[in-house]
Amino acid sequence: MAGKKLKLNAIATTGIIIIAFYLVGIIVSFFWVPFDPVDMDTDHILEGPSFATGHIMGTDEFGRDVFSRIMAGSSISLVISLAGTALGGILGTLLGIWAGYLGGAWDHWMMRFADILFSFPSLLLSIFIMAILGEHTLNVVIAIAIVYIPQFARISRGAILQIKQEEFVRAARSNGATSHYILYKHLLPNIVVPLIVQVSLSLSVAILLESSLSFLGLGVQPPAPSWGNMLSGARKVMAIAPWTAVYPGLAIVFLVLGFNLLGDGLRDILDPRLRNVG
Amino acid sequence: MGRYIAKRLLSLIPVLFGVSLIVFFMVRLIPGSALEMYMGTQVEATPQQMLELKRIFGEDKPVPVLYVEWIGQILRGDFGFSLRTGRPVLPDIISRLPLSLELTVLSLLISLLIGLPQGIMSSLGKNPFLDLINRIIGLLGLSLPQFWLASLMVLAFSGFAGWIPMGNYIPFSENPLKNLQMLLLPATAIGIGFSAVIMRYTRNSMLEVLQMDYIRTAKAKGLKKNVVIWRHALKNAILPVITVVGFNAGGLLSGSIVIEEVFALPGMGRLALYAIYQRDYPLIQAIVLIIATIFVLVNLLTDIVYALVDPRIRLDEGGK
Repeated sequence: MAGKKLKLNAIATTGIIIIAFYLVGIIVSFFWVPFDPVDMDTDHILEGPSFATGHIMGTDEFGRDVFSRIMAGSSISLVISLAGTALGGILGTLLGIWAGYLGGAWDHWMMRFADILFSFPSLLLSIFIMAILGEHTLNVVIAIAIVYIPQFARISRGAILQIKQEEFVRAARSNGATSHYILYKHLLPNIVVPLIVQVSLSLSVAILLESSLSFLGLGVQPPAPSWGNMLSGARKVMAIAPWTAVYPGLAIVFLVLGFNLLGDGLRDILDPRLRNVG
Repeated sequence: MGRYIAKRLLSLIPVLFGVSLIVFFMVRLIPGSALEMYMGTQVEATPQQMLELKRIFGEDKPVPVLYVEWIGQILRGDFGFSLRTGRPVLPDIISRLPLSLELTVLSLLISLLIGLPQGIMSSLGKNPFLDLINRIIGLLGLSLPQFWLASLMVLAFSGFAGWIPMGNYIPFSENPLKNLQMLLLPATAIGIGFSAVIMRYTRNSMLEVLQMDYIRTAKAKGLKKNVVIWRHALKNAILPVITVVGFNAGGLLSGSIVIEEVFALPGMGRLALYAIYQRDYPLIQAIVLIIATIFVLVNLLTDIVYALVDPRIRLDEGGK
């Protein structure tokens, strides 16, 4: 069913190309970066971008190469966002599909719980969680996951409610299939596509959340590079060395744009009503 | 309508109860008690003083009892006192709330000003290439970290002296013009991202409505294209946009936390950050509770506005 529909449009394809570009960069960064991203180099503080020195995006206030830090930070930022989205997505989806499938009291209480988590704006909730748990990389993952649990729960519950009365489900049940079997073999595959869209859009927001938290000094702690804390460090010097702020920011923008393009493109494919009717 | 509002107001109680539970118990999760943290900043205390402090910090009773007492205090308007200044936290928060709210409203206005026309144009566009460009620009707006955009704006406009009045914040009541001038850039930094959301919803909603039978009828009747678009289509298409605006107002309010920091504006967001850096947990607790409550109330207000505009909702609810 989904296979036929998933003929990618231009927007989704552009998104995939951007994301693939970053993935290649991350893989390369595991083996090679132009300069050491953590070691300070006091002889080359705040040098402007130049091909001659090899610092193509300049150096920061500690003489570290901005490009190398962006490369090293890419895996940190992306891994945190992926892990947080995956954790929140899996927990939320499990809660949501069981709530939608079983109905009744379980459904009622799970959705009230989701309502309550929804009562906190996501940035506020993640800042609050970081304040409670303390500034640590792992805690950023937890904060992102908690923000996403109710979102995935709602979406997957809604999707299950739409299809659980369909004939193939009733057929499976009358054949004596267990709830477990029906849920994971029949229902889950049918809601995978809306979930993929949600994952893609969630990743884009997760990267922004991580960078906001690190910018505020609540996320990844220096000297480990993350795009957010690079921008945080750049605040003091950006008036004289704008490159310290411009390039890490662009790194965030394009990756987030990649996930947004992918999510938006996929949503178009899924929802034919939104195709341009002109 | 009165019945609908009453019903919605009642449904607020369990949600706010849950919110207070989460805020209360999450703060209890912090390793080390508030008293220990307070003592960390103070000199030694005698055993009698310790006992008295324990009573003040409410560490002499079981947690459920403390929760009930805490709720009782909050309902009387007592949100506790700051660990750092020793002052009650509520007046401090209230004095900073207007700036954050003003910033939120301004950013909302800016995002509507950009997003609505862009969304309408995009939905009418016969030119698929222009439409694509429009959408990519929208998505780009959504991908900009607010604080980064804000920093770049400071960088770009700091050359134009007078454009960003630097120095002390001037409240609206003192000098409205200067105040708005100060808030224009921060509000734009918050608003640009959200304008992309508004654009997307306006576009999708318009596309959906434009396919409806009554639009075809209106066109077939020979009505002017502008009348069809503005009076028939937009009036219906605007409904989902209202909902999105309402549900995101709280997000805009918390977005101002970061932006206030960048522009050094003395709003509630900066107070929250200060509280977090200082580990001032009563202050954090109160701010989170207040923002979440505002968020829930705005959502409720959105539902009510929606029901006012669209009679189908309240009739449906009332029929049950």
